[in-house]
Amino acid sequence: MSLAPSLFLRGDAKIGDALIFEGIDLTVTAGQWTCLLGSSGVGKSTVLKLFAGLADHVEMTGAFGAEDGPLEGRVALMAQSDLLLPWLTVAENVSLGAKLRGEAPDQAKIMDVLDRVGLADRSGEKPAALSGGQRQRVALARTLMEDRPVVLLDEPFSALDAKTRARMQELTAEVLEGRTVLLVTHDPGEAARLGHAIKVMTESSLRDVAPPTGDVPRAVDHPDVLKIQASLLAQLREDA
Amino acid sequence: MTGWRAGIASALLGIAIWQAIVWIGDLPKFILPGPGLVAETLWKSRVTIAENALVTLIEVLVGLGLGAVLGGLSAIGLAASPVARALVRPMLVFSQAVPVFALAPILTLWLGYGLLSKVAMALIIIYFPVTSSFFDALMRTNQDWLGLAKVMGASRRRIMWHIRVPAALPGFASGLRLAAVYAPIGAIIGEWVGASKGLGYLMLLANGRAKIDLMFASLIVLAVMTMCLHASVDLFCRKVLDRADH
Repeated sequence: MSLAPSLFLRGDAKIGDALIFEGIDLTVTAGQWTCLLGSSGVGKSTVLKLFAGLADHVEMTGAFGAEDGPLEGRVALMAQSDLLLPWLTVAENVSLGAKLRGEAPDQAKIMDVLDRVGLADRSGEKPAALSGGQRQRVALARTLMEDRPVVLLDEPFSALDAKTRARMQELTAEVLEGRTVLLVTHDPGEAARLGHAIKVMTESSLRDVAPPTGDVPRAVDHPDVLKIQASLLAQLREDA
Repeated sequence: MTGWRAGIASALLGIAIWQAIVWIGDLPKFILPGPGLVAETLWKSRVTIAENALVTLIEVLVGLGLGAVLGGLSAIGLAASPVARALVRPMLVFSQAVPVFALAPILTLWLGYGLLSKVAMALIIIYFPVTSSFFDALMRTNQDWLGLAKVMGASRRRIMWHIRVPAALPGFASGLRLAAVYAPIGAIIGEWVGASKGLGYLMLLANGRAKIDLMFASLIVLAVMTMCLHASVDLFCRKVLDRADH
């Protein structure tokens, strides 16, 4: 993994005639978790798509990218849906990137990342045999396998049950340490647990919120986490 | 077991209705022979029927194989290239507006009375359903998979082979299932227009000589053959192609 860069995005975005956001000035600090919080439809996912290079349909006025040069090839993506290919085994899904680039998959590394997410013994199975939480862990292993300095997370835990979600948040924070992570979420609790920086996005503004004290991932029941969670929720309700 | 029993019961019911029509209508055997007579003819003429059925089966299998390969490749070509889509798709739709039956005499003129004209007929009949159902499936790939592949740095060619094609195999399979039923129709039409062998030829010959029992016997063999073909293709599709299904 090369050194994790800082990301920036400044300007307005439109899709066709519809304004998605305007006057946004976002900085994602290198090597940290930045949580982008907001209600549905305020353009959080568009921000993520722009960084991922998947926003051909978006008209962007302004600039975005990495502070130290082009971003292409330095980004990994993890979405709400695990996006596992049902006809491939767990191990094949984890090494999908190599296959798609025509590289030979590194078997030792596959087993290593599967081991880190606790699924080394399931490498030969098809995704259909796994639970939702396990499938999302395979998606995390696939993201790790890509070994990119920037990781974009699009509500990756929102489809999981509360217990699995809490564990996945901890595991993800642990294995992605040191990378520049941009997490898009609509869950104030998640932002309070995981964000080194928390930003609340509305259609016309981006507001910095001071994160709770303590190392990431913070305990769910830490008073400071609960307090920030409540305050974030209040802000989201005000904006709506 | 229930499936088997239901099938047998259904066949018996069909035969009973057939026999009832013969009895009630008091129909002579050169109009509608009863199931007994047809069964007898089927046994007596088994060698002739088998020889001709083999010819038809070969025509159908070659047509089906070629149709699957050509249809599959066309669908991939169309899905890969917007230019090919713009140029070829209207042509494909137009070709579907031409009644295939009307082409049979021309094909016989061009390709002769042998195997080739029947294979071509079967091929033409199944090409469109195979191409179109596979193509539709190729164009419906999960956009998020494509996005993920793009972020991973995949080329369009690798996305096609490793994601779009495997994801669309169930669509290819439904095209093949249709093709298994259509291909014999093509072969039979070809044989009607001009042939010296095959079940279609045998049926015309029997009809002309008022051997309606032989015609029915051939027809039953053709139907059973088509059902077996469909079942085999279905089994192949479920074992090999539908694996992408959740």
